[in-house]
Amino acid sequence: MNRFFKRLKTHSKAAYFSFWFLLIFYFLSFFADILAPYHFDSQFRNKAYHPPTKIHFRDKQGRFHLRPFVYDTRIEDPVFKTYVEDHSKKYFIKLLVEGDERRILFFFKTKKYLFGVDKPANIFLFGTDNYGRDIFSRLLYGGRISLSISLIGVLISFTFGIITGGIAGYFGGIVDKILMRLVEIMMVFPSFYLMLSLRAMFPLNLSSLQVYLLIVLILSLIGWAGLSRIVRGMVLAIKEEDYVMAAKSIGLSHWRIMFHHIFPNTFSYTITALTISIPGYIIGEAALSLLGLGIQEPYPSWGNILSSTIGNLRVIGDAPWLLIAGAFIFIVLINFNLLGDALRNVLDPKNW
Amino acid sequence: MKKLILQRLLQLIPMVIGMSFVSFIIIQSAPGDYFAQMKLNPEISPQTIEEMRTSFGLDRPIIVQYFYWLKNLCRLDFGVSFAYHMPVKNLIKFRLKNTLCLAIFSLFLSWLIAVPLAVISGYKQGTFFDRVFSILAYISISLPSFFVALLFVYFVSKTGVLPLGGTRSIFNTDVSSFAVFLDYLKHLLVPGLVLSFVSVGSLFRLMKNNFIESFNTPFVLAAWARGLPASKVIFKHALRNALNPMFTILGMEIGTLLNGAALTEIICGWPGMGSLILEAVLSQDLYLVMGSLVISGMLLIIGNLIGDILIAYFDPRIRIA
Repeated sequence: MNRFFKRLKTHSKAAYFSFWFLLIFYFLSFFADILAPYHFDSQFRNKAYHPPTKIHFRDKQGRFHLRPFVYDTRIEDPVFKTYVEDHSKKYFIKLLVEGDERRILFFFKTKKYLFGVDKPANIFLFGTDNYGRDIFSRLLYGGRISLSISLIGVLISFTFGIITGGIAGYFGGIVDKILMRLVEIMMVFPSFYLMLSLRAMFPLNLSSLQVYLLIVLILSLIGWAGLSRIVRGMVLAIKEEDYVMAAKSIGLSHWRIMFHHIFPNTFSYTITALTISIPGYIIGEAALSLLGLGIQEPYPSWGNILSSTIGNLRVIGDAPWLLIAGAFIFIVLINFNLLGDALRNVLDPKNW
Repeated sequence: MKKLILQRLLQLIPMVIGMSFVSFIIIQSAPGDYFAQMKLNPEISPQTIEEMRTSFGLDRPIIVQYFYWLKNLCRLDFGVSFAYHMPVKNLIKFRLKNTLCLAIFSLFLSWLIAVPLAVISGYKQGTFFDRVFSILAYISISLPSFFVALLFVYFVSKTGVLPLGGTRSIFNTDVSSFAVFLDYLKHLLVPGLVLSFVSVGSLFRLMKNNFIESFNTPFVLAAWARGLPASKVIFKHALRNALNPMFTILGMEIGTLLNGAALTEIICGWPGMGSLILEAVLSQDLYLVMGSLVISGMLLIIGNLIGDILIAYFDPRIRIA
């Protein structure tokens, strides 16, 4: 593992950075309960479409404060949602503030969050949405859903893809023919249309957990085919190697040969493919939620934070900070792509 | 060449049948059917519904139903959309034209941008120019189409330079065919630019790799050795061979283009297949969903076919093999 990191670092600084960046991103959304200043569903109805709170270091008298502070705001124009700052009182940003009780990962209870400001002022780093919910907090919580869906989805479809591809390649014959025809048929459909059609198989209003599982199911159903085909090709080549022949002549069982001698040799490829295909799953989840077919309110996901902007020019024009969710997706995707590209070179045995 | 095309066409048949079967199964397992909605309508008597059920073959076993459906499919009869109260065929015809226009527009534009840039980048590898465009390509690959579309929509709604939504202006009184065409093109510009922007990156990277590969082959070296001018070496020898693998991509690109187009259409308000299938799913209009799914699959198959034929046309090695 250490050697791997060294190789990654020497090969590409950017990819090494991406790796840690992604790890931090996952960490942040994992601990959203502590890090987010607000709960994902705490609404400030009088502060709907509030722009990102300005963080000041210098007050109106021109004095400089080392500690950043914010001003409370009140609505100036309720129609166009413009807010003015109330300069009478400063609210310093505090670390480890007390607030309502939340559960960390369903087990531990906490009342302390990483940062916040005293009431009635609010700190909205990225502004608020139509219910006056803090976008920054929702992005952290939403990352938990978006990132976990992509991880679980990718793992399921890869397990399935490797097993079907392995069986098709190893046994060949009629099994191979049937499986590969199935793969071809799955790949005939553009994934977006297939995704929506599969979604149409189920009722529109499902509970949050059901929708979550459904998205995982749909995404992995779409994703397994491509991998299966490639693994089959690799297995076909590996099957002819001498050591597989040796394993066969010792009389090892098919399963043992497959799991101990053939699959490990495809891993360098599959890990790269895994990294490269995660973006597709993130986009898939985001697209479904964006269109209102995925994660439902009040639960946040990176897709459904964007969904209120669709087909509504006024919302986009008035509250462009909602688009930050898209920027989050972009940042995660570019890091995954960088990492995947570097992994392809680092893990390729030809380059050792 | 003819033999190859014929062979490819024959290979398509099991593909199309498999595809239609999967579409059929997906929609069959969806909750409720077309008549479930009709039963709620008091104006339609139960007898009419029974008669229609038999005429659609819905009282038969599923496999028979599939053949009924397939027979109708061959006549391009996808059933009736109950949300629009009109044949699915007519709905799709109108939307398909828009989606194809969008896809072809952005296909042209993205190739027009990607290929020259990739050639320059590949020729001047490692220079500042190459680096800048490689980074831009990376950004283009990593940007999700819906995010770009939203950014464009934001930009356009702020500046108002381009029309947004629909295919024609409401206030356009000029009905001459050229004015209508120009108006259509103007509306096409926003979704078209979005889609080109998203697809240009991967094209650029592929093309650059192809070009570098073909630039390092012995025959290019031979061309240099013969003292040919750089323009001739690049365009006549290296570029032509670098373009060949791109035609395979063309087929695959249709798929990614359709996916990207769907979301772009929905966000930019372009009435195409993508927005059609979304409306269909939201209103649980099953026949419409099924029709769109089949058509999108057909588009992909045809795209791959065209890619195959093009590469065979341009690359004699494949024709002979």
